[in-house]
Amino acid sequence: MSVGEALAAFNAAHGEAGGIASFLGKVRPDGGVRALELTHYEPLTLRGMEELAEAASARFALDGALVWHRIGTMRPGEPIVLVATAARHRRNAFAGVDFLMDHLKSATWLWKRERRVDGWHWIAPRPEDLTDLERWK
Amino acid sequence: MAVRILLLGPLRDLAERQEIKTNGPLDWPGLLEAVGPQVAAQLADEKVNVACAGKVLADRTSLVAQDGEEVALLPPVSGG
Repeated sequence: MSVGEALAAFNAAHGEAGGIASFLGKVRPDGGVRALELTHYEPLTLRGMEELAEAASARFALDGALVWHRIGTMRPGEPIVLVATAARHRRNAFAGVDFLMDHLKSATWLWKRERRVDGWHWIAPRPEDLTDLERWK
Repeated sequence: MAVRILLLGPLRDLAERQEIKTNGPLDWPGLLEAVGPQVAAQLADEKVNVACAGKVLADRTSLVAQDGEEVALLPPVSGG
């Protein structure tokens, strides 16, 4: 299913919503990055994402949340993550997407490494990622 | 049957393997010994979480893994 098809299906599933907000994260085509690899820990990762979607739905009174994250190897320009929220009013939809993305970046069981000219490098969370997460506590 | 210790993310490269098998029951000192000094040094960082049988331990040192259970070493994450 493409990003467009997923958003269309999500929209169709939430006919009562007043608005839908979405975010698509992609592999940045800069800095000599050839590829990005995402790994997960199966017993925890999906369950954690489901709990995260439930937390966002309760906190922002969402009608629904779509939370997709790819694993495996991706090339520059390819999508990595897709988040969408449906809500009665736009602020809740925007905040829900923001909340979900901050938690996917630095509080979900995923590990990211990138391949540059000189080989693979593990990516540690940036200090600003952790500051972003703190905003919701 | 044995305890399977799974190394995630950068710990996998550090240990140069993805998993280690050892005999249960496995406690915290046993884990530090089983993974070798390099990974044990990383476990000194409290930001490295430990899961046993699919549950993240609130207190890592309370680990008691039985034969057949999986222990996962979870370094700080980076998604998105």
